[in-house]
Amino acid sequence: MAEIRVENLHKSFGEFVAVRNSNFTVEDGEFVVLLGPSGCGKTTTLRMIAGLELPTSGRILLGGNDVTFKRAGERDIAFVFQLFALYPHMNVRQNIGFPLKCEGVPRSEIARRVTEAARILRIEHIMNKPVSGLSGGDRQRVALGRAIVREPMCFLMDEPLGALDSEFRHVMCGELRGLHNRLKATTVYVTHDQLEAMSMADKIAVMSGGLIEQFGSPQEIYQRPVSMFVADFIGSPPMNFLKFESGIARGSAEARLGDAVVPMPAVHEDVAPAKLVLGVRPEHIRFDDASPLRGSVYGAEYLGTTQIITVDTEFGQIKARTNSHINVATGSHVGLRFNADRLSLFRGDGGRAVNSALYEGVAHG
Amino acid sequence: MSGASTTAHSVVEPSATSKRVAGFFVILYALISMAPLAWIFATGWKTPPDSISYPPKVVFDPSLEGYCNLFTTRTRQTNEYIEALGPPQGACDEVTRRREMVIAGQSNYVPRFINSLIIAFGSTFLAVSLGVFSAYAFSRFKIPLADDLLFFILSTRMMPPIAVAIPIYLMYRELGLSDSALGMILLYTAVNVSLAVWLLKGFIDEIPREYEEAAMIDGYTRLHAFFKVVLPQAATGIAATAIFCMIFAWNEYAFAVLLTSGEAQTAPPFIPTIIGEGGMDWPAVGAGTTLFLIPIVVFTIVLRKHLLRGITFGAVRK
Repeated sequence: MAEIRVENLHKSFGEFVAVRNSNFTVEDGEFVVLLGPSGCGKTTTLRMIAGLELPTSGRILLGGNDVTFKRAGERDIAFVFQLFALYPHMNVRQNIGFPLKCEGVPRSEIARRVTEAARILRIEHIMNKPVSGLSGGDRQRVALGRAIVREPMCFLMDEPLGALDSEFRHVMCGELRGLHNRLKATTVYVTHDQLEAMSMADKIAVMSGGLIEQFGSPQEIYQRPVSMFVADFIGSPPMNFLKFESGIARGSAEARLGDAVVPMPAVHEDVAPAKLVLGVRPEHIRFDDASPLRGSVYGAEYLGTTQIITVDTEFGQIKARTNSHINVATGSHVGLRFNADRLSLFRGDGGRAVNSALYEGVAHG
Repeated sequence: MSGASTTAHSVVEPSATSKRVAGFFVILYALISMAPLAWIFATGWKTPPDSISYPPKVVFDPSLEGYCNLFTTRTRQTNEYIEALGPPQGACDEVTRRREMVIAGQSNYVPRFINSLIIAFGSTFLAVSLGVFSAYAFSRFKIPLADDLLFFILSTRMMPPIAVAIPIYLMYRELGLSDSALGMILLYTAVNVSLAVWLLKGFIDEIPREYEEAAMIDGYTRLHAFFKVVLPQAATGIAATAIFCMIFAWNEYAFAVLLTSGEAQTAPPFIPTIIGEGGMDWPAVGAGTTLFLIPIVVFTIVLRKHLLRGITFGAVRK
């Protein structure tokens, strides 16, 4: 096992820049998820770490060794593909043993390690079956078996659950994280699914347009998004954005939205009057008739223990997550109050977060 | 409408009636296309007078004469000479003597047949081997002007053989390749390789790159990954392509008749030259054609499973 260090990694295909000067470090034994919409460069980054794609510039270090231009086979990594890439002309046992056969491991040793992998993944009962008849989950387990049997320095996974149906994806998420906890293997995992990322990752790198927008723990990324993109991409429903125009002095802990004064974490920089965006998570909104910030209820979605109430305000539509026993009639006028210490402030131009008390201790991009 | 019938079938599944109608037409078509083959087969067992009698004979006494004439050359002798020979040696000898002839030697049918086997299998093997490598390259690598190259490869099949036969004949004469098995193998390979590249590219395009990438991450080189992973999965495509190449090379007539005359002559130009007494020896032609069909039929049946999957040309995606 080893750490993965990516330095100034850059990749362009002709005119198109897929990855822009990426820098991040996956520490030994860490589970890092590259998260972003399709085309954001996450898969390209992973493929460069694997050696399936060569970077235009930059360096990749595995366990301290520069492997930037080494062949994939010489890097001692395992890759799990979205389509599993199980060889259809081999049965499960042969598929799992294939990488070892290639390395010239003796037969008895192959048998031992394949059996061990099968035990870890609990697939002993399907070892002699052809892979074509297996269910999606079993295929995924076999693909994982082929990865872990190598005992590589790290695992790279490219949307390995993308081909499973949503119910099963949930089960496999748990299994993958459980496997990681047992093997303690350095893992880089690519997905566009925020739920997968949040539930499994030690750290998440949120990518957009070839750039890493934010790199941090799931809590950090959720609670202290450094840009509107991250705030919008993570969370369901996503963070509410209230657009307003104002200036805020350094040290001030208030935002002026029209006539309403909204308390927020103290800002650490002077903000000249400009278009600003206040970011509020739906669960940080309460109804309070005394509040000067008002709106009319547009509708409610019942979700069991909670409900999502949509409110039209002069700053845009806002979704609030409340206890489902609260009754609000559609069309009624309500006052809204936010959890003051949980608000983010973004610049309308570029969407970067304004540094404030909320971000203390966060690497600020 | 209430209570959907439990026997209702899916909209895409044809009904029993339409299946029967379709089956009837398929059988009808099969009978129509089998009729000439049946006639050729029957002709092989007729006597020469039966084979050209009018009205044509459907029921006849089978005779070995066609097969005997196919494999032998014969000379006419006087009755006295034949009687002096003693008892006939085997069935063919007997049939021949009845026509006041004796067997003079072996015909050229067997060597021509062997030429056909060598040239067809040789060129098929070469065309498919070259084709699978080129198709892989076209499918996986960025090749400058790939589309133009693919089109250019296809151009070898655009002209009728007769149009290129003369330049090829002159070229082959200079190179010492005319009337040689090697020359014919190269020629058929050149014609077939375009078909092979086009067909195989379709099949290889369908094999996800992930398979090779997985193998390469496991430590194989690209060439190893190609042999261990791509080839086994392209087996269907390779088999289908081999059948198409084989059928072309086996049946090819125009190049064969123009470029071969002796040594390397294949069976197709040989069979029509089987002359008997007073014109074509139709039973021998029928016999020769029947035997000529056997290898290609066996080859196709052996690879039939792949052919059925192959003729969709990868039109169906998973």
